[in-house]
This record gives sequence, C-alpha cells and structure tokens, in this order.
Amino acid sequence: MAGDFIRQLDDSSMSRGKSLLQRLNIDLTMLCLLLLLCVGGLFILYSASGQNMGMVYRQMVYFGLGFFIIFVLAQIDPRWFQMAAPWMYAIGIIALILVLLVGVGAKGAQRWLSVFGLFRFQPSEVMKLVTPMMVAWYLSSKLLPPKLNTIAMVLVLIFLPALLIFKQPDLGTALLVSSAGIFVLLFAGLSSRWIMLAIVTVLAVAPIMWYGVMHDYQKQRVLTFLDPESDPLGAGWNIIQSKTAIGSGGVEGKGYLQGTQSQLEFLPERHTDFIIAVYAEEHGLIGVMILLALYMAIVMRGIYMASRGRDTFSRLFAGALVVTFFIYVFVNIGMVSGILPVVGVPLPLISYGGTSIVTLMGAFGVIMSVYMHRRV
Amino acid sequence: MSFALKDAQVEKDIFAKRAYLAAFFVFLLVCVLAARMSYLQVTQYDLYASKSENNRVQLKPVEPIRGLIFDRNGVLLAENLPSHSLTIVPERVKDMEQTLALIDVLVGITAEQKESFLKKVSSYRRPYEAIPLKYRLSETEIAKISVNNYFLPGVQVEAELVRHYPMGEHFAHVLGYVGQMNEREKKKFDPIQYKATRRIGKIGIERYYEAELHGQVGYQKVETNAQGRILKVLEKQSPIPGKNLILNLDARLQKAAMEAFDGRRGSLVAMDPKTGGVLAMVSSPAFDPNLFVNGISYKDYNALRDSLDVPLFDRATRGQYPPGSTMKPFIGLGFLESGVTTWEEEIADPGWYMLENDERVYRDWKRDGHGEHIDLRHAIIQSCDTYFYEMSFRTGIDRLHPFLSRFGFGQNTGLDIGNALPALLPDRDWKKKYRGRSWYAGDTLNLGLGQGYMLATPLQLATAMNVFAAKGQWHRAKLVQLIDGIPLEEETRPENVVLKDPTNWDRMDNAMEGVIQHYLGTAKGLRKNLKYRLAGKTGTAQVVGIKQNEEYDSEALLERQRDHALFVSFAPIDDPKIAVASVVENGESAGSTAAPIAKIVMDKFINEAPSTRGFAYEN
Repeated sequence: MAGDFIRQLDDSSMSRGKSLLQRLNIDLTMLCLLLLLCVGGLFILYSASGQNMGMVYRQMVYFGLGFFIIFVLAQIDPRWFQMAAPWMYAIGIIALILVLLVGVGAKGAQRWLSVFGLFRFQPSEVMKLVTPMMVAWYLSSKLLPPKLNTIAMVLVLIFLPALLIFKQPDLGTALLVSSAGIFVLLFAGLSSRWIMLAIVTVLAVAPIMWYGVMHDYQKQRVLTFLDPESDPLGAGWNIIQSKTAIGSGGVEGKGYLQGTQSQLEFLPERHTDFIIAVYAEEHGLIGVMILLALYMAIVMRGIYMASRGRDTFSRLFAGALVVTFFIYVFVNIGMVSGILPVVGVPLPLISYGGTSIVTLMGAFGVIMSVYMHRRV
Repeated sequence: MSFALKDAQVEKDIFAKRAYLAAFFVFLLVCVLAARMSYLQVTQYDLYASKSENNRVQLKPVEPIRGLIFDRNGVLLAENLPSHSLTIVPERVKDMEQTLALIDVLVGITAEQKESFLKKVSSYRRPYEAIPLKYRLSETEIAKISVNNYFLPGVQVEAELVRHYPMGEHFAHVLGYVGQMNEREKKKFDPIQYKATRRIGKIGIERYYEAELHGQVGYQKVETNAQGRILKVLEKQSPIPGKNLILNLDARLQKAAMEAFDGRRGSLVAMDPKTGGVLAMVSSPAFDPNLFVNGISYKDYNALRDSLDVPLFDRATRGQYPPGSTMKPFIGLGFLESGVTTWEEEIADPGWYMLENDERVYRDWKRDGHGEHIDLRHAIIQSCDTYFYEMSFRTGIDRLHPFLSRFGFGQNTGLDIGNALPALLPDRDWKKKYRGRSWYAGDTLNLGLGQGYMLATPLQLATAMNVFAAKGQWHRAKLVQLIDGIPLEEETRPENVVLKDPTNWDRMDNAMEGVIQHYLGTAKGLRKNLKYRLAGKTGTAQVVGIKQNEEYDSEALLERQRDHALFVSFAPIDDPKIAVASVVENGESAGSTAAPIAKIVMDKFINEAPSTRGFAYEN
C-alpha cells in the first residue's frame, strides 16, 4: 500500500512535466501507428466496398468508438483488470452457455446473445480478451515458470471457453481464443519440453477431431484448402479468385480502384475477410510490403510496451494480446494467399465490421493501460 | 510450491526473454507472408495476370441476323422482331430452386417452361452458357426482373431478334419455320458459325436455304463482372447478316388460295411456265408457323398432331394422290406420239370396255357412255374413259411409261424444294419388284386413266402442266427467285418434251379449252366471268375401291370416303403465264370444287396487277 502511495505520488509529481497525451495515458507512437493503419484501412475499404461511402462512414463510426474505448481502458489501472478477471471470466462462460441454449445466429451457427431484445452481442468475441486476462490472473499468483499442475489448470481455463465457442460452431474464434490463452502460458516461461509435447499432441489429436468432432462445412474448408482446384466453382472459388487477385497485382499493382478482380466482383467477401486481396491487387507487392511493415511496427511496439508492464499480470495479459493481434494478421493474410485454411478471420482494423474493431481496440486500450501505468 | 516466493525480477527476465523470442517469431512469420506474396505477385505474376484477364474478358459470339424473305412483289414474309427473354447462367446461381421460385413469383413460369429449362441445364452444354427460361417478356416483366436483379444472380434479360412470319398460316408449309436447335442438330452444323445461333430452319424454305439465310457469326470481346453481366465491349467483329431471299411466290395468290380452300383439305400449286417459278404452293389446312419459333407448347402441338385433317402434313409436296383424269391430256399426247390414233379417229362408247380373255368390265364414269362418235378432243372435253381404255391398250405400258416420265411423273424435279416425294409412275419392273407380279394389260388400262398404281403430288401435276403449257419446254420448279439479288441458277433440267408433230400441243390446248367452253365440258362452270383463254382438265380419284357391278352412291359414303377432286389448268392459252394444279380431298366433283379454286388464283394473277408496295427493306 505504501509503495502504491509513493508511486501515485511519483506519478502526480511527474505529471507536471508530461505532455497532454501522457496525461491521457496514451502512447504517441502506438496511437500514430494505429491512426495510420485505420486511415489507410478506410481508403482500402472505399475501394473494396465498390466505392460505397455509406460503408466507409459506418467504419469511421466504429473506429471512433474503438479509439474511445482505447482512451477509457487506458485510464484504468491494470490492477482493476486483475481484480475483475475471475468475475468477467465467470460471466463470459455463463454467456457462452446461454448462447448455446438461447442464442440467435445466422448460417447455421449460433453466435449472438440478444440482451432483453435491446442489443445483441457476441460473447465469444469478448472471450478473446477475457481468456488471456483470466490465464494471466491465474499465472500471476503462481511460481513461474509454471509447473505441471499449473499448466493443467491453465489448459482447463483455456479449453472451457474454446470448447463452448467451437460448439456454436465457430472454429476460427475457438482457435484464436485458445491461442490467446496459450500465448500467456508461453510468455510465462513454459518450457520448450512442454511446447514440443504440445505439438506432438496436436498432431495426434488432429485425426480424432477430423472424424469425431468437426462439422461437414469445417471439413470442407480444410479439404478446399488442401486442393482449391478440386471445386473451382464451389468452395474453392474464394481462394482461387483471391490468389488470382493478389498474383495479378504484380509488383506495382493495378492502381487504386483499378483492380478488375475486386471491382468486377470476382472476389468474394472482398470488403471483409478477403480485403487484403483487393489491396494486393491494386497496390501490388510494394503496397503489401508497406502494410506488413506497418503491422510489424505495431506488433513490435506492442511487445515493447507489454514488456514494460509493472507486474507479471500486466505483462502476460498485454503480451498475449499483442501476439494475438499478430496472429489475426498472419492467419488472415495466410488464408487469403492460400497458405492457411479459410477460417473466417478478418484483417485487423482494415476489414469491415464493428465487432472485431471494438475487440481489437479494447486490446490496444489494455496495452496502453499496461504501458502507461508502468513503474518508472 | 505455493510456499515458494515469487521473484518479480525472475519473472520479468523470463518475460523479456520470451518477448525477444516472440519478436523474432513475428519477424519470421512476416517474412513468410512477404515471401508468399512475392511468390504470387512476382514469380507467378504471368499466370495470375492472364487468369485475371480471362476472368474479366470473354469472347462472346454474336449471332448473325437471319436473312429476310420476300415474295415476288416485295411483301415481307419472314422478318426478325426484337424479343426479350429471361435467361439463366446456372453456374452463377447459388440456389436454383429458390431462384426459380422467385422468378415464378415475379413473372410467373409454367411447369412446362421450368421442365424444359431444367432439362437443358442437366443435358450436355457449354459451361457459363445462358439458358433461356421464358420468352417474350412484356415491358412490365422486364422491369420486375431488373428491379430484383440483386436477388437474382445469374439471371438476365436478353434481347434477341426472333423470327416472325407476318403472313402466318398462308405460308406455313412452303416457307416453313425456324425452331430451337436440338442436341442432334447442333452436331450437324459448324460449331463456330453456329456458336451463337439458337434457332435453325426446321422445314420448308427456312430449312432448305439455312446456309444462305444464316449468315456469318461475329464476336465481341467483352468485359464482364463475376455475374456475367457485360460492362464494356473491348473489341468487336460484326456478324455478316444472312442473305435475303426473294421468292417466286406471290403472297396474293397464297392468300387467295388459302381463303378459297376455307379450311377444306387440299392443295394448290401454281407455276410460271416461262421460268418454272412457283407462284403459289398451298396445303390446307395449315398452322401458324410462329407457334414453333420459341418451341410450341405440348397442348398446341398435340392439337395439330391429333387433328384428323393433319394440318402439319404438306400435301403440296408430299400428298400422293391418284391423278385420275387430269392425266388425260398427257396420255392423249402419248397416244398421238406412239401413233396408235389420230385426232380424227372416232370410237363408240357403250359405257364400258372389256379386254379379250378378261371377264372384268372396265366402266366409264358415265353409265350409258358418251355416244357413238368419240374422238380424242371429245374424250378430253367429256373425259371419256372408254376411249382412254381402248387407246391405252393399243399403246401399251412400254410406250406409255417413258412418255409420261418425260413430264416428271415418278420423279423429284423441283430445284429447291426439299422433302418432296417422287410419288409413283409404275412400269413392269416396278410391279415385279414391289408387287411380285407381271404387268397385266388391265394395269395399263388403269394407268391410262391415271388410276391403279399411279400416284402424283400436286407439285408434280403442276410441274407437268407447266411443261405442257410451255409446249414441252422444261423448267424445274423453283421457290426462290433471287438470293441477295442474284438469280437462282438452274444448271441442269430434264430434256424438253419434243413432239413429232408440234401442232399436237395447240390441238390439245384447244381440247382442254373445250373442257371449260364446250357445253359438255366437265368444267364448264368456269366459263362465267372468264376474261382470258383457259385450258384445263378435271380429274377424280377414288378413295375407296368400288367393287364390280357396284354403284357409286356419294350420299351413302361418309364425307371422308368421297372421291378426291383434281384440276390441272393453265392460262392464257396464247401466252401462258400460270399453270395450276389443285386438289380438294373428298371434293367429289372437280368442276365445282378444285376448278373454281384454281380459277380464283388465276384470276388474281392475270387480272389484277400487284400493288406497288414492297421491298421496303431493300436498299
């Protein structure tokens, strides 16, 4: 308590020399990188939506909401997240169960929960933040690097929500929620022995998943990934068209709004999951490299910010969120360019859609909070 | 373990190590993505650039405009009218059932249309080919489909030119119609030239002149979007339209003949003795050829097929009738030519004829005979059967058959008339081969009356009469006069009929004029209001066999068992302009059924000048 007092004293005494952004607990570098990505994303969306200004305006509103969330979460001391973690986790699990019982959905999957008919939200999306938060909370009270029983408990904490999400069914989100939890474990110093064991286990479990657990459409996605040409008009259409769009962009691209694949509607879901193909077609390899560099800068800055965290919980939580953000980027670009199966992951802060923007900005809010409430 | 002290610095160090590791892996994975993108955008650029180009750009064949068809006076007989049809590209449709259901709600589709469409979808076809579902959309229907375009991917409204026959049933058989190409037909035509063609000529002139009417395919290089909608035409090679045909047919005569038949079963063929041009070719009853253009409905087709009057049957070229006494002018010339008689010889006609060693009595149509003094002229005027029995017997089949065949009987002599039947001019060999018996003298007597085995089509009768009117000068029957302004070539034609005594032509003309002008003439009814010199000959053909000694009682016979009535004629005698053969099935009395119809057509052609309208489509 005394230490806290001193630190608060320190903070207040230091604040005199601080800039406005520092006072608002905002890291200028990260803010600039995010703004750059969002503004660029709006331009890409304008082209990908078939020059639909309405969609661009809506996306701007989502971004506005996202930055507001960053500002709010940045003001909260990471200790409050730590205190809230078990409660939020419990609420999240209950919500996921409710989704399976009374959820609403589309395309054969139940993902949404209608709250008194007023608004709908997606508990699985919230779990992308809450699961690493819970694992970080649990590990922060344990001796690190974690022992076997600690690891076992962490796996239970991860796979409980993952399984519930998988049942909706939403394989993509289940995998992302799991990986977010696993990254906490990795940052906590999980020994390489266990990592090897996990990889072996995954390889062993894969056939069981295939024959016992996976839905037909999920199997179809995997099959299509392995050989897209086998069903060029059905499931393979998306990947063939996206590869064609990317490849035909060449080094310099066809020019803004000039992508024939995207503008002539050959490219499916071009403003959501496949938006990178539009960008790659119109701006070529040069554009792609710039975008990858921007993403990498954000991730590197994020890892740095996380590592400056005041305590183990803060570092683990923020670190896992940063790496999860990168996994979004990698999985999305990987699937659109045909090196990963199509799992339905949007391209962070560029794909159209409010839900993912709110979640991602929430994550950056947490990272800001962790960095700005660091020990000086 | 829980008692072990947590060491903040150790944990911070662990995190720092792992953070470096994470940064390293992030860098590694970014490199993987960069490598993948470089592979697609640099290494495989050519492949994907051409794939993208093929996606975007399509070579679309463009159907040539089918040639127009006019009658001899420039009246338009076959034209191409714009029509909108609803087509679907099955590959672009996500849920076919749902799409069809929505279209049904919007514009309504019959079970038949749906069935035919689905059949085409499941049969062999080119992928991404638009398949028609509904034809002749109204303005409202087009609007309804357009408004709901968003919900109907792969569905499009296509404008096309559709064949239309303004004269309808007047030209049904002779002009024929176009109809949808079926799979079997698709294999017969040039796959490049017919790439965009949906309809081909199925019968009649439309079929015979398919190659001329079709034209040459063009193409368009177009940019399309994923739904197949054309956004831009990048390059264009215009199709070459089909050639226009100007026929010898006269729409006025077709109309007059069809109206004269008034639904009765029969046929009329009129020709120009100077050229062989077919002036009229009618088969009654007919049908509306426009029904077939977009595929006739089962209901309409069954009605046509099952009608007792067989309207789909082209009587003019395929109707085989015993020509009866209409053969007498030709056979009479044959008698003279073989020298068995002269114009002067007279015979007595008791109303019957008998051969030696044969009990059969060959009856004259007139029970008590035509009197004691029947010469060839009167045998024609009164159509005396006994005279022809006697002279046929004298001439014999071996002289009669070759002579008659010079007028085209038993052969197909038409120049551009597809599908015509050769009918039958019997001789010894034929009988041996097909009946397995020798030729009897009685067979010659029957042939001498145009009965027995002999069969002729109205086209053959008209052709023979045409040669007759031209005094033996042959012209093959031709429907088309000009193909894109170039006259139809008649490279070969049968040998002209040259008589030993050419005056026999005039004397036979004279006898045939007597058929109309003499008070005993069998077509004397035509004398009324006749403004030109007309030569003609009536004929009747038995439909049911009349047994020996049995009286022919028309009252007792059902309408469809009555004799067919036939008439051959030409006019004017001094300068023949038109030769006509007409048949009225079960018409019984040729003088009052077949002959007046022929006269109506000839009156129209000789007395009335064509109106000056026409050739509006010609430059």
